[in-house]
Amino acid sequence: MSFESNDKAEGYWRENLRLVLGLLVIWAAVSFGCGVLLVDVLNEFHFMGFKLGFWFAQQGAMYVFVALIFVYVVKANALDKKYNVHED
Amino acid sequence: MDVQTLTYLIVGVTFALYIGIAIWSRAGSTKEFYVAGGGVHPVMNGMATAADWMSAASFISLAGIVSFTGYDGSVYLMGWTGGYVLLALCMAPYLRKFGKFTVPDFIGDRYYSQAARTVAVICAIFICFTYIAGQMRGVGVVFSRFLEVDVETGVYIGMAVVFFYAVLGGMKGITYTQVAQYCVLIFAFMVPAIFISVMMTGHVLPQIGFGAELIDAAGNGTGVYLLDKLDGLSAELGFSQYTEGSKSMIDVFFITGALMFGTAGLPHVIVRFFTVPRVKDARISAGWALVFIAIMYTTIPALAAFSRVNMIETINGPESTGVAYETAPEWIKNWEKTGLITWDDKNDDGKIYYAKGPTNEMKIDRDIMVLATPEIANLPAWVIALVAAGGLAAALSTSAGLLLVISTSVSHDLLKKNLMPDISDKKELMFARIAAALGIVMAGYFGINPPGFVAAVVAIAFGLAASSLFPAIIMGIFSKTMNKEGAISGMVIGLLFTASYIVFFKFMNPEINNADHWFMGISPEGIGMLGMLVNFGVAFSVSKFTTAVPDDVVAMVESIRFPKGSGEAHDH
Repeated sequence: MSFESNDKAEGYWRENLRLVLGLLVIWAAVSFGCGVLLVDVLNEFHFMGFKLGFWFAQQGAMYVFVALIFVYVVKANALDKKYNVHED
Repeated sequence: MDVQTLTYLIVGVTFALYIGIAIWSRAGSTKEFYVAGGGVHPVMNGMATAADWMSAASFISLAGIVSFTGYDGSVYLMGWTGGYVLLALCMAPYLRKFGKFTVPDFIGDRYYSQAARTVAVICAIFICFTYIAGQMRGVGVVFSRFLEVDVETGVYIGMAVVFFYAVLGGMKGITYTQVAQYCVLIFAFMVPAIFISVMMTGHVLPQIGFGAELIDAAGNGTGVYLLDKLDGLSAELGFSQYTEGSKSMIDVFFITGALMFGTAGLPHVIVRFFTVPRVKDARISAGWALVFIAIMYTTIPALAAFSRVNMIETINGPESTGVAYETAPEWIKNWEKTGLITWDDKNDDGKIYYAKGPTNEMKIDRDIMVLATPEIANLPAWVIALVAAGGLAAALSTSAGLLLVISTSVSHDLLKKNLMPDISDKKELMFARIAAALGIVMAGYFGINPPGFVAAVVAIAFGLAASSLFPAIIMGIFSKTMNKEGAISGMVIGLLFTASYIVFFKFMNPEINNADHWFMGISPEGIGMLGMLVNFGVAFSVSKFTTAVPDDVVAMVESIRFPKGSGEAHDH
């Protein structure tokens, strides 16, 4: 066991799950939400010459995906350090 | 120089480059052979992953599909990028910590059962075979245009080249070759897109030009936005609105989901994250891979819209009544030779005309759009040749990579670890070759008799991955109570459910393959997401009524959940 105690191990996993779930909510919101379910509503708005819903489906969702992974990397690495379970 | 000479030249030079790098990096790195990717920077690893990932379907077919279907094509754009978020957040770091070779290795160990491993191997082989079936069509389309033969002959030539390429071998293991291939294919894709964006809208970035105002030949704004023009043209010719599409919302939802979850369950993508040096690198590699993929994937819809406008305008002319065949642009005649464009002068007026419905006279195969776009826009001959080289790089690298996964799955996972444990190395190699040959023959058959367009065939492989391997891996990491009985029954039922739905509509009853007959309006491309839910449901119900997970497996699951103590990376 690399953790100092069982409590720490559970704490680490709980924080990790919270981080991942939070990011996945955004992931689903921009793709399944803005790009699919809300597309007709958002298409009423215009953004840089695009209908907004169409823009999310063909551009915006992908930019957010890239950003999500990098946010995850930074936060997950910090979490490893906090609980001292990072690699050497 | 004419297009054909330039094509031979550029294709020849890029091939020499790949082979040169392969020989150079192999000779220089025999010592580090067993730590593949060990000395490779995560950015390079991401680039190689992107090259591996972007196949003929992405390069050749996808812009064509988006171009012909507008908003409906978004399912592929969101689906094939969104899956990387799942890979990075939910799978890559944990599988890297687990630290063995293949997906069946993980499933076999996590579910402490040879049967689970066997089921996973069968799923993996099934998925790879379907995936590769979509590739050969793309190779065939490229060869048919540039050697001026029909598409069938193009497929035969492609089969021969891929066989040679895969047997020459080891290409997959050599990250630097794939870095070179990525550079070739992204350059080949971006150059025409930027050219056209500047010509039509004055913006260098196609991602911006895509939404911008069109300009006239003198460079002055016309006050008409590209997408509005496209919606207008579509309505005029009887198509559904470009920015709205014609698929039902539930179908778009399910196809997007099947592609996302499928991406995260594809064996040849997942294995890339087993080989990086540290858990940290597995996370960031997925990020870089998605950056390099997104460069192309955000350009695809722009290119699609540009070429749609160009295509309609050059065929129908400024009056939108069609242009005389004799004065028709050269690209139409060039592609007629391949049989991928046909003209049927229904009203005998000697003019070509494109529309939806009975007045349409043109049959245009979607798969030609990317290759034909530079010709349609009158770009210089070297750009046309470059695009051919890029398409071949994409198709050949992915095919060769998949063939290697198929042959290792058959010889290593299936035969050596399952059916014949005492098999000799020589025999193992022989079976690997037979599997590769079989893969090529099957791919060739589907290349000649495609059950859909390249990207659509590939989409089926994702449905199968989403409904079989993805849930088993996720539950293996995030649940300590999922046992072998649950996982195995989930995989088997998920795969059978999805495969039979697809076979029923695509192969047995193609005449009723439409929304009226689909279950809840979900097409065969999207059924994988429902299959995934079935898999989860079956697995959890079965696990409730069967034996508990052994303690050593629980300990293993606990240990893969944090990075510390990850061992050396393994090579393939």
